[in-house]
Amino acid sequence: MIVATLVPLQATILALVGIGATVLVLTRDPLRMTIVSGVYGWLLTLLFFVLSAPDVALSMLVVSSVGYPVILLVAVTRSRNK
Amino acid sequence: MLVFVPALAVFGGLLVWAVVGLPDFGHYVGPYGYLLNQVALPERHMTNVVTAVVFDYRGFDTLGEEFILLGAVTGVALLLRSQERGEEVQEGIGSDTVRVVGIVLAGAALLVGLWLVAFGFVTPGGGFQGGVVVAGAIFCVFLCADFRAWRGMSSQTVLDPLEGVGAAGYVVIGLAALVSGYPFLTNELFGPGVPGTLHSGGTGPFINWSVAFAVSAGILILFSEFLEEYIVPIAAGAED
Repeated sequence: MIVATLVPLQATILALVGIGATVLVLTRDPLRMTIVSGVYGWLLTLLFFVLSAPDVALSMLVVSSVGYPVILLVAVTRSRNK
Repeated sequence: MLVFVPALAVFGGLLVWAVVGLPDFGHYVGPYGYLLNQVALPERHMTNVVTAVVFDYRGFDTLGEEFILLGAVTGVALLLRSQERGEEVQEGIGSDTVRVVGIVLAGAALLVGLWLVAFGFVTPGGGFQGGVVVAGAIFCVFLCADFRAWRGMSSQTVLDPLEGVGAAGYVVIGLAALVSGYPFLTNELFGPGVPGTLHSGGTGPFINWSVAFAVSAGILILFSEFLEEYIVPIAAGAED
């Protein structure tokens, strides 16, 4: 069984993910939230990458930077024009 | 508050209990990861074990997942395409800088996406991730060029068949194994190839490309349906 320990780089990014999630929850403006959620997704991508999961990191990257923001922006545009 | 505070305390307590009970960091106890790392390369000649799992060992599940995507895309198209559509198109973006950077970005992203797909079974990547990146690259054309160029590229006559070919391709590859006398989706055709090169993984690369077609066409159909329905009427100044 391979036993790994948390290296400082992983711990740092894990802490940044915690901060990013808190900032995201505290953001109230939907448009700003879309951008913040993109940054949060990018932090999660980095976390998966430093935890030796590049495939998961790529999936996270494409979902959080391409797919999800577009759907959110559609919803924001829709609700602002109502 | 009377409900919220006790609920928070109970949920928080359960969460702490669950986290404390997790295995320590880096102490992975499942046997399958180690097993697959041992057998994937000699058995399937794929150097990316994740792709070997998704498109081969667990290929039947991925087939189901691909049809979930197909079902979702079909549902969105059915719901949104019935509406009347104006022929008005929005003006292109005024800033030359945005246009130039955007077009360069679109080209670069397209190359990265195709590379992710092509080498998906050799290095990290694969049909799903690469397909979404390709879709994102084409979507950049909408963001940076004008809507006319986007509509030309996202035409239903191109995307709908591509989506169908991608989804059906997966089934055809499965049936090819069946016709050759193996169980459905058995990876026995096209030889093992040389591990670490594009000629490896048997039917893996074919499944990879069919998933890439289905995913990129599916994402673009979703984008263009949402755009036609929600963004274009607003951009064209029409009353909603």
